[in-house]
Amino acid sequence: MTITSIDVAEDDLLAAVLARADDALILGHRLSEWCGHAPMPEEDLALANIALDLIGQARALYDHAASIEKSGHGEDDYAYRRDPYQFRNILLVEQPNGDFAQTILRQLLYSAFAHAWWQAMARSADAALAAIAAKSVPESAYHLRHSAEWTIRLGDGTEESHRRAQDALDALFPYTGEMFAIPVAETRLIADGVLADPAPIHPVWEQSLGRIFAEAGLTRPQPGWMQGGGRSGRHSEHLGPLLAEMQILPRTHPGAVW
Amino acid sequence: MTAPSITLRQRAWDAAAAVPDPELPVLTIAELGILRAVEIVDGRAEVSITPTYSGCPAMAAIALDIDAALRAAGIENARIRQVLSPAWTTDWLTAEARAKLAAAGIAPPAPASSGPRASSRLFDPSPPPCPRCGSTATERIAEFGATACKSLWRCTACREPFDHFKCH
Repeated sequence: MTITSIDVAEDDLLAAVLARADDALILGHRLSEWCGHAPMPEEDLALANIALDLIGQARALYDHAASIEKSGHGEDDYAYRRDPYQFRNILLVEQPNGDFAQTILRQLLYSAFAHAWWQAMARSADAALAAIAAKSVPESAYHLRHSAEWTIRLGDGTEESHRRAQDALDALFPYTGEMFAIPVAETRLIADGVLADPAPIHPVWEQSLGRIFAEAGLTRPQPGWMQGGGRSGRHSEHLGPLLAEMQILPRTHPGAVW
Repeated sequence: MTAPSITLRQRAWDAAAAVPDPELPVLTIAELGILRAVEIVDGRAEVSITPTYSGCPAMAAIALDIDAALRAAGIENARIRQVLSPAWTTDWLTAEARAKLAAAGIAPPAPASSGPRASSRLFDPSPPPCPRCGSTATERIAEFGATACKSLWRCTACREPFDHFKCH
């Protein structure tokens, strides 16, 4: 017997918090897929530790979501009993790991945004979000440093590592616009100081990436079409199989505890 | 608050404060700043702990250890909860705690007054002094060591590897 999926209440703040929890959970899950398969032991540890930080952030955000929804749902319900169309993560984080360069560039593009966003969120009018942000700022700084250093090694490395890094950047860049798009339901939350405005973060993000790409010898892709839809529950073909793997155990054994 | 409750709270604090950190057993959770507060609510001990890193997997073990320590002190049915604010930072480590880490072969994090955080500089974090020989001719092997809070370094003077507790 498998258990049914949950329904989640309609609420703008709840949706916004779940969206950020989903970003962290899905990216953390993707990184955990490298466990045992990374190119070297140090990276097996590094990617697993970054995954752990992200899953910890996700748990804290799901906890906060539970206190907003007040329907008896907990972190496990949100993580394991929602279907793909109910997830609100950005498309970038559900993209497959691909080769090491793709994983690193995905992490760089995300962490450069996340670090600046969490810094702004430390001033959120929502005390719980500000507290989560205070912890996430130094953690995302380490994620950014790790992926920036690797981007430089790969870009400024061999012909093959350079090609793979540039290909990864070209493939993933169209997914970055979604980090700066503001869903209509979030404009009020931004005006109220609950959510950070991504607009001032955009030039900071561009500058910081610009410095790293220059040192890595990588070319920033030309402006063009940006992917979107994740925040509305319209996902790529990758999220379904990811969630099937992530959710199969708790769905098969409902109510099981460690 | 009546006199018996004050005694109970002190007993509960003393029991919880003596719990060693599972990863860094030279330090107690009180010395690390993980143990934040103990209150007595309706005759029941409520212990607040704060995680070092968001995803620290030792928190579950620490909560179990606190519960065991309280029960050993005759305090049953305690409630242990995580608080996120104020955010834990290595700045809370006392000089004494730092000295204990170094004595155990783990390079402590730089003190709060040491300027811009190492984590913002690429390829060039401030090399911690070797906890064995004191040399600053140390180099980083890996950003992430045995635990998320530590990185792995080696000393080019005495040739020994060591863990460094990252500034956070």
